[in-house]
Amino acid sequence: MVQRTVVVASRVGLHARPAMLFTQAVAASGVPVTIARPGGEPVDAGSILFVMSLGVPHGEEVTLAAEGDGAEAALDDLVALLATDLDAEDAPASPGGAS
Amino acid sequence: MTAPTVERVLHGVGVGRRGVVGPVAQVQPAPHVPADAPLLVDGVEADVETRREVVDRAFTDVAEGLRDQSSRATGTVRDVLAATAQMADDKALRSQVLAKIGAGEPVVSAVDGVVEMFATMFQQAGGYLAERVTDLRSVRDRVVARALGLPAPGVPELHRPSVVVAKDLAPADTAALDLANVLAIVTELGGPTGHTAIIAGQLGLPCVVRVAGATALVDGTEVAVDAAAGTVTTDPDEAQRADLDRRAGVEQALAADTAPGGTADGRRVQLLANIGTAEDAERVATGAVEGVGLFRTEVLFLERTTAPTEEDQAAVYARALAALGDRKVVVRTLDAGADKPLAFATQPDEENPALGVRGYRLVRTHPELLETQLAALGRAQSQAEAAPWVMAPMIATAAEARDFAARARAHGIAKVGVMIEVPAAALRAGEILAEVDFVSLGTNDLAQYAMATDRLRGELADLLDPWQPAVLDLVDATARAGIQAHKPVGVCGESASDPVLALVLVGLGVTSLSMSAGAVPAVRYALRHHTAAQCQTMAAAALAAGSAVAARGAVVGLLVPEVRATLGL
Repeated sequence: MVQRTVVVASRVGLHARPAMLFTQAVAASGVPVTIARPGGEPVDAGSILFVMSLGVPHGEEVTLAAEGDGAEAALDDLVALLATDLDAEDAPASPGGAS
Repeated sequence: MTAPTVERVLHGVGVGRRGVVGPVAQVQPAPHVPADAPLLVDGVEADVETRREVVDRAFTDVAEGLRDQSSRATGTVRDVLAATAQMADDKALRSQVLAKIGAGEPVVSAVDGVVEMFATMFQQAGGYLAERVTDLRSVRDRVVARALGLPAPGVPELHRPSVVVAKDLAPADTAALDLANVLAIVTELGGPTGHTAIIAGQLGLPCVVRVAGATALVDGTEVAVDAAAGTVTTDPDEAQRADLDRRAGVEQALAADTAPGGTADGRRVQLLANIGTAEDAERVATGAVEGVGLFRTEVLFLERTTAPTEEDQAAVYARALAALGDRKVVVRTLDAGADKPLAFATQPDEENPALGVRGYRLVRTHPELLETQLAALGRAQSQAEAAPWVMAPMIATAAEARDFAARARAHGIAKVGVMIEVPAAALRAGEILAEVDFVSLGTNDLAQYAMATDRLRGELADLLDPWQPAVLDLVDATARAGIQAHKPVGVCGESASDPVLALVLVGLGVTSLSMSAGAVPAVRYALRHHTAAQCQTMAAAALAAGSAVAARGAVVGLLVPEVRATLGL
């Protein structure tokens, strides 16, 4: 099991557009990933409903976890994404894949 | 044309004076089906595996349909649809529903159970998320309808200019409407001062509400919607089409006059627009209005579980002020309560909310709401470098006016006013004007309180008529106080949008009229063709009449013939 902890950089927290971009990136990675708030239950990071219902505010840490082939690389990409302000105008429009 | 039809002409209450012909587009209601409704395939209940497949496909189809619709839409509509599409596509939602169905649960109950679990989580998280529950429920409605083979619920995608017909339109429905393709709005419920009517007025769309039988109109049928007559006619004949065309021509001619409002002898009367959002401000800024006479700020607060922050509010106000530049903008502070309840401020136990803690009175229970709003307005004023006029709703006494003025001035507001909508305030307008810089008459509420008639009771509409002599007496008392104090007295109720009544209001001494932007051209035209002295004669005739009908009749008789002909009176 690989784990990574990262501070959510988006100003609105992990809601709305940032949540959408993040879950799309999880789906594109092809690896099952979970996300948890400190001390909280891990939930499916590919589900926008679960990710949104965590209600993670700006500046709070979350822990991502995954297992198996490609887990390391997938988590590295996702951590980089969460460390970006995804609500900014110039944020990537479709993350998680080269076009 | 002798084809058997149900009711060829349906009757309701018209909003505005316009008319149009176009095809019906029905807004489908949410499917009301029992939780254990069977899923039938070829008339027999499907087995578990088939039920899983059908629901799985329903999720895929709904998500795809929403994505498609979103890609063809623009602005807010596109965002609302894209967010809803992603919820419909959510793999956790789908896998949990399919697991329940696999375990033998009926399909509707399975979808409801999982959606409600997420809805509860969203509601517990509060704030922004709680507001997304509406989108979640709309996914539920669409998936259930798709799986059971029912018509897709909600606002239809409009492929051509259409007449939108609904039982009632919620604000969320209006947000999903492609306004560029809406010709008119017809509803079975609602009233002439309700949400739908106000939105239609702002957009200048013909609208008829309280039309019994409207939801039975067949999609695609050509109907003539005539707001002036309050009718919806199926398959209109040539004569009716020609009449509507002629009236549209008159409207266009009236709209050609874009000079500031005033009487024939040059007495200036500001013609202003009523708005509810910053987007409205941007829309009316492109037209020939002299500013905004009523910015209803409650739209910012409705359908939220917590009050918007000072920062959020300031951004919206600044955007509206910036859109209107040097033009006057009158902002009304939060008018919550009664027919506009708020989750975080309304008293749950009020038996008589129209007479309860509403409008300015909320300072008694929630003073922080007003303080935050005034602070936001002060901040917006510096950001936009434009000074709004700010007024409070539901003021009854001079002491309340004094308290409000002190609070507003403490936040740097230069022009402070109050609404006159409580008869007590109209009778004592002189004392109130001593405390503030201006007043604005809200004739809808003033009529409701003077005539002891609930605004939401459509069957009592005759008592609510702003032509009621008792209501005109209260307007007269307020206007006199304004003349004496040399301070502006505006009218921002819908009565200002009636070109005939507008002449009476000006004759009584009212200095500005605020209405839906679409109503301005006809009012401007009527004013331009009468002198201030003629308006005063009409006002005297209205006050001398014994009833609302007699008052209007007397004034119509005094109109110059050209105006009577153009307005079709």
